[in-house]
Amino acid sequence: MSLKIVVLAKQVPDTRNVGKDAMKEDGTVNRSVLPAIFNPDDLNALEMALQIKSQSEGATLTVITMGPMRAADIIKEALFRGADNGFLLTDSKFAGSDTLATSYALSKAVAKCEPDIIFCGVQAIDGDTAQVGPQIAEKLNIPQITYAEEIINFDNNTIQIKRRLEHGTEIVETKLPVLISVHSSAKPCRSRHAKLLMRFKHAATKSQLATLKPEFQALHTQNPQLTIGEWNVNDVQADVERLGLGGSPTKVKKIDSVVLTQKESKKFTSCDGDIEQMVTELMESKVIG
Amino acid sequence: MDNIIVNLIQNEEHKVEKPGIELAQIPENVIVYCEQKEDGEVAEISLELLSKGRKLAQQLNVKLDAVLLGYKLGKAFEKLSWFGVNRIFYADSKQLFPYRTLPHTKLIVNLFRLEQPQIALFGASSAGRDLAPRVASALKCGLTADCTSLEIGDHTDEKKGVSYKNLLYQIRPAFGGNIIATIINPQTRPQMATVREGVMKLEPTPTPNQPKLQAIDISQLTDIEEVIKIISRNIEKPKVNLKGAQIIVAGGYGMGSKSNFETLYAFAQTLGAEVGATRAAVDADFCEHERQIGQTGVTVRPKLYIACGISGSVQHRAGMEQSAKIISINTDPNAPLNAIADYVIIGDVMQILPKFIQYYKKHNK
Repeated sequence: MSLKIVVLAKQVPDTRNVGKDAMKEDGTVNRSVLPAIFNPDDLNALEMALQIKSQSEGATLTVITMGPMRAADIIKEALFRGADNGFLLTDSKFAGSDTLATSYALSKAVAKCEPDIIFCGVQAIDGDTAQVGPQIAEKLNIPQITYAEEIINFDNNTIQIKRRLEHGTEIVETKLPVLISVHSSAKPCRSRHAKLLMRFKHAATKSQLATLKPEFQALHTQNPQLTIGEWNVNDVQADVERLGLGGSPTKVKKIDSVVLTQKESKKFTSCDGDIEQMVTELMESKVIG
Repeated sequence: MDNIIVNLIQNEEHKVEKPGIELAQIPENVIVYCEQKEDGEVAEISLELLSKGRKLAQQLNVKLDAVLLGYKLGKAFEKLSWFGVNRIFYADSKQLFPYRTLPHTKLIVNLFRLEQPQIALFGASSAGRDLAPRVASALKCGLTADCTSLEIGDHTDEKKGVSYKNLLYQIRPAFGGNIIATIINPQTRPQMATVREGVMKLEPTPTPNQPKLQAIDISQLTDIEEVIKIISRNIEKPKVNLKGAQIIVAGGYGMGSKSNFETLYAFAQTLGAEVGATRAAVDADFCEHERQIGQTGVTVRPKLYIACGISGSVQHRAGMEQSAKIISINTDPNAPLNAIADYVIIGDVMQILPKFIQYYKKHNK
């Protein structure tokens, strides 16, 4: 039996450098102006999965993402880097899902692939919860190894992983199947491969294809690997009750804009006199010195 | 039910109690998952959560319980007696330390099923962030990560016309910008939350009490929970002590480069300060993650916080706004951090810091 690897990835708004132009007048973030990117930790996860794939003859690597249609872009990104195929889990019924409902939906999709090993990033930069990975593992009733930094050993049935903890590291070993959440300190993902870029540059989902010119459709008929799989709620046999807002135990009671209580701050320039005055004030009040 | 062996401490006050009955009489407590450190002590984050949990329990007029899974728990029990804990659910076994996901999850899930706490708090630590989501998934409960504040409040669901009393408000900055979200779990129990170290204040009680010890039967653990084996561990004492620092010099993305960031260390050394950083600076690899201050890092309350090139996102401010005095050094006069600073210096950090040191040395004689 050849090894089946699944990588879970998320397309996220790039919240790392939210500039002023991304802020709306009410103080919230205008998501639409932020670039949508491959969640950084998930790229580390993809790299680790590719390493496993290269060590196991005949292994297949499937990328699954949940999101709107444009999230298929990150599946293409994964194909350019060595993934074999991908599925976009997309359905309006998923909208509003919290981590519990999201992990339920994803676990149904993962189960369909019957993987031996699942990789995901520790957390997504738009929520930072780090909850979905462990929750999927629980739903699939398999062990989890979180904060994975490096593969120490792999022999098809057993894997040894170095984990990055708060104040050190730990090496653990388990038999497959297992879910591994990969830490940002793990090896960065390889770049796109020129050949794969050529091969998959016209990859698209069925729905995307329907909007494209007939010549692309013909291309997909000739090369079925170009078609990115698309699954909805029914395809993964998910219970609608457990999805979306209704299936989410956490509710947002309210959102407050932050009102900064302006302190009476003393304003200084970088001139010598100002700095000296501030330093002496701080020293006189025993804050420093 | 027979999983729990009730094991009372032998003392006058508690001898008369009938185990089992008491369990039924105090439903819906607040429970804190306590972590054991390498040296056998209880982790600080757990003590902080117990301090907060005690207040929540008082407000709800219920009791505070702790759960402690580890090995050689003697020191830990002693410590917990200073936090107003009513009962300690514990299991003391070699297989429970160091922490592993599956044995801890199973014991916690079964304990929660039995005890039905209304609130369960976990540290947002390596262990807590591994365990809490798995427990929440098994119990189909809501869980909010990295809360910066926890309060008790009511809620009315107007669509359904249902009112809920005394819910846990799980408050945290949300997505990228200047918004704070209040999350609730109206229908599922326990209401679960994780909190980072330093967010809640560590407040022992003036005198110790005698928590009741209730052993958790670990014979419920089977080979299934043993599938992950720890081959080796390399745990170091933390190099950085941000929480204990009186003065913190923190750098943001505005420091511009790793080499510019290095100047903060020399500056900090002169002042006897510790160096902190924003997430953006850590992401840009200006310094190690241990130094990150903010919602997903450490929360600090120093006497003086010198923010260098930090614009001041909500997430960062959440981790430092309780500093006694704040200096903001920034080229941008409109940086949000300036608004909460006592001193704002508009200018280039790389020019200002040397002057700061120069005048500090001049007057510090």
